[in-house]
Amino acid sequence: MADTADLVLDHVTKRFGSFTAVDDLSLTVPQGSFFALLGASGCGKTTTLRTVAGLEEPTSGEIRLGDKVITHLRPYRRPVNTVFQSYALFPHLTVADNIAFGLRRRGIRKVAPKVGEMLELVQLAGFERRKPAQLSGGQQQRVALARALVNEPKVLLLDEPLGALDLKLRRQMQIELKRIQTEVGSTFLHVTHDQDEAMWMADTVAVMNKGRIEQLGAPTEIYEFPANPFVSNFLGQSNLFAAEVSGRSGDDLLLAAHGERFAAPAARARATGGPVWLGIRPEKVRLALPGEQVPPQHNQVRGVLTDTCYAGVSTEYLLRTPWGQEMSVFSANAMAGEPMVPGTEVVAHWYPAHSFVLDRPDGAGEEAPRYTADPLGVAP
Amino acid sequence: MGATAAPPPDDRSTVERPPRTRRRGLPFLLLLPGGLWLLLFFVVPSVQLAATSLYDRSGSLETGYRQAFAFGNYVDAVAEYWPHLLRSAGYAGIATVICLLLGYPLAYAIAQKAGRWRTLLLVCVIAPFFTTFLLRTLAWKSILSDNGPVVALWRALPFVPDDARLLATPVAVVAGLVYNFLPFMVLPLYASLERLDRRMLEASRDLYARPVATFRRVTLPLSMPGVVAGTLLTFIPATGDYINAELLGTPNQYMIGNVIDSAFLVRLDYPQAAALSFLLMATILVMVFSYLRAAGTEEVV
Repeated sequence: MADTADLVLDHVTKRFGSFTAVDDLSLTVPQGSFFALLGASGCGKTTTLRTVAGLEEPTSGEIRLGDKVITHLRPYRRPVNTVFQSYALFPHLTVADNIAFGLRRRGIRKVAPKVGEMLELVQLAGFERRKPAQLSGGQQQRVALARALVNEPKVLLLDEPLGALDLKLRRQMQIELKRIQTEVGSTFLHVTHDQDEAMWMADTVAVMNKGRIEQLGAPTEIYEFPANPFVSNFLGQSNLFAAEVSGRSGDDLLLAAHGERFAAPAARARATGGPVWLGIRPEKVRLALPGEQVPPQHNQVRGVLTDTCYAGVSTEYLLRTPWGQEMSVFSANAMAGEPMVPGTEVVAHWYPAHSFVLDRPDGAGEEAPRYTADPLGVAP
Repeated sequence: MGATAAPPPDDRSTVERPPRTRRRGLPFLLLLPGGLWLLLFFVVPSVQLAATSLYDRSGSLETGYRQAFAFGNYVDAVAEYWPHLLRSAGYAGIATVICLLLGYPLAYAIAQKAGRWRTLLLVCVIAPFFTTFLLRTLAWKSILSDNGPVVALWRALPFVPDDARLLATPVAVVAGLVYNFLPFMVLPLYASLERLDRRMLEASRDLYARPVATFRRVTLPLSMPGVVAGTLLTFIPATGDYINAELLGTPNQYMIGNVIDSAFLVRLDYPQAAALSFLLMATILVMVFSYLRAAGTEEVV
C-alpha cells in the first residue's frame, strides 16, 4: 500500500440552500505539512474543514486521504480529529477522561500512559483530575489539542484554535503548536482569519475568498508576489497604482501611471501588457525630502504626508499622491531622529525589483481595491 | 503597578457606607412574603398534622380529640396499610420509568430536531392542562372500556385471552398515571436538552463515538439535571395520587392516597389519616434522597 497520506480535496462544492459556501475547491495537503486556510469570516474555510472532518457532507466532489476516499464516511470512521474553535471539551468529564475519550471509543484499554504522555506534550502534567471549568482558556485549548492528538490522527484539523486567546497567549501557543507539529509529524490543517498566524506557522498557506482559493503557496511566495489585488491586501498591505504597460527594457516592464513612469521586473508581472496594477509593499518604500539624493533608477512618487503613526518598531506614514490616492509607507525606526510631521512634502521611492505587477481587467477602474483582513483594523 | 495603585484614602468611601448596611437587610426583606406564606400554609399545617397524628383514636368529631402522643397510631397504620404504601411506590415507580422512556425521545426531538415546529410541539405538550385533570382521567375510562377499540385490539393480540380487560386493572392505573404526569417529565427534560451544545455532539462524533456511545457518554450525562428533575416531578405527585386508582382501578388497585382520602372523608379517622400522610411524606423523602445520592447530582438540586 502506498505510504502517502496526502489529503486531497477534488472539486469539492458545498451549498447551503442557494448559498455556495465552498465553490469547486481543489487542494492537496501534503502529508506532514502545516497547512493554513486563510480567509475572512464567511469565506468557506470552516466549511471546508468540516467536510474533511465529516461534519458536513460535500454537495459534490471527492475527498481522499492517501488512496482512500472518505467523502461520505461518518466522522467516527475517519482517521481525522478536530480541535474546535470553542474547544467543545466535555464539561462532565475530567481532563484525563476528556483526553482518553477517543481512545476508549476505539476500545483501547490502557489509556493512562498515553494520556500522561499527551499531558506532558502540552505541558499540563498534574491536571488529570481537573474539570474543564477549572482551567483557564489557554489550558482548555491545550486539553482540546491533547484530546485530538492522542488519537494519532493522520490529519489534525484546527478550527481557529487560538481565536479565543489574548494576544500574548496566542503568540505563545503559536510557537507551541509549531513545536508539537514538528514533534508528532502529523498533517495539520489550520483554519484562521489571522494572516500573521497563518504566515508564522504554516508551510503552505491557501488564501480563500468566497468559497474559492485565491492563491496557494509558501507564505513568502504569496507575500512577495501575490496573485491578485485581493491577496495583495489580505496578506499584509499593498499600494496599488492603476498603470498601463508602455514598453519593455531588457528584463523590465515599463509602466505609465498618472503621468509618471515606472519600472518593474517582467518576472514579477502577472500581466505583461494593457492595463495593470503596479504594486509595492509599504515597508519597501523609502521617503526622501525634495532635493535629497534619490537613487536614479528608483521608482518615485511625490506626495504630501497626511498622517504619521508611530508604532514603536516602525513609523507608518500616509501620503497623498498628486492624483489624490493614499499611499502607505512603513519606515523602520532604525535610525535616530524624529518622525516626519504631516504636511511635509516628500518623495516616496523604491527599488524597481520590489514592485509587482497584477492584472487589471478592463473596467476594473482606476480606484485601487481595498480589502482588509481585519475589519476592525486591530492587526498590525 | 501594585505599589503605586493603592488609592489615597477618599472621604467618599465613608459617605457611601450607610447604603451598604441598609442593603444587607434587603435579601431578608425579599424573603419575607414567601417565608410568611410557607409559615402560614406549610409549617403551621404540618405541625397541626403531626399533632393530629398522635391524637387518641377513640375520639371523634363530636366528642373531640385528646392529645395522647399515641405513637401506636403509626404502628397500626403500617400494619394495616403497608400493601397500599408499597403499591403506591410501585405504581409511581413504574409510571416514572415509562414516562422517562416516552418523554426523553419526545423532549429530545422537540429540543434538537423540531426546528420551527418547536413552539407548536411544546404547546401540544402543555395543552392537556387546559382541561381538568379529573375530566381527562374520566376520558381514559371510556378509552379503556371493555367494548372500546383499545381493548378490542388488545384482545386480538396472540396469547391475550378473549375476555381480557384493561379497565380496573393495574395496567389502567399505571397508564393513567403515565398520561397525567408525562408533561412534568417532558418539560424539565426539554429544558436541559435544549441547552445541550451541538458542538459537544460533534466533538464526540469526531472522537470515534458511534451514535449510541455519543448518547451514553455525552448526551445523557449532560442532560442528567433534566432527568433528575423530571423523575422527581413525576414520582412525587404520582405516589400521592388517588384519582387514577379511584377512576381507573378497583379497591384492589387502591393506592395510599385512596386510603388517606377515605380515612379523612369517609371513616373520619383523623389521627390515622394524619399518621398515613406523615408516613407518605417520610417514605417519599427517604426515596428521593437515596435517589439523589445515587444519581450523584448534588450540584443540580
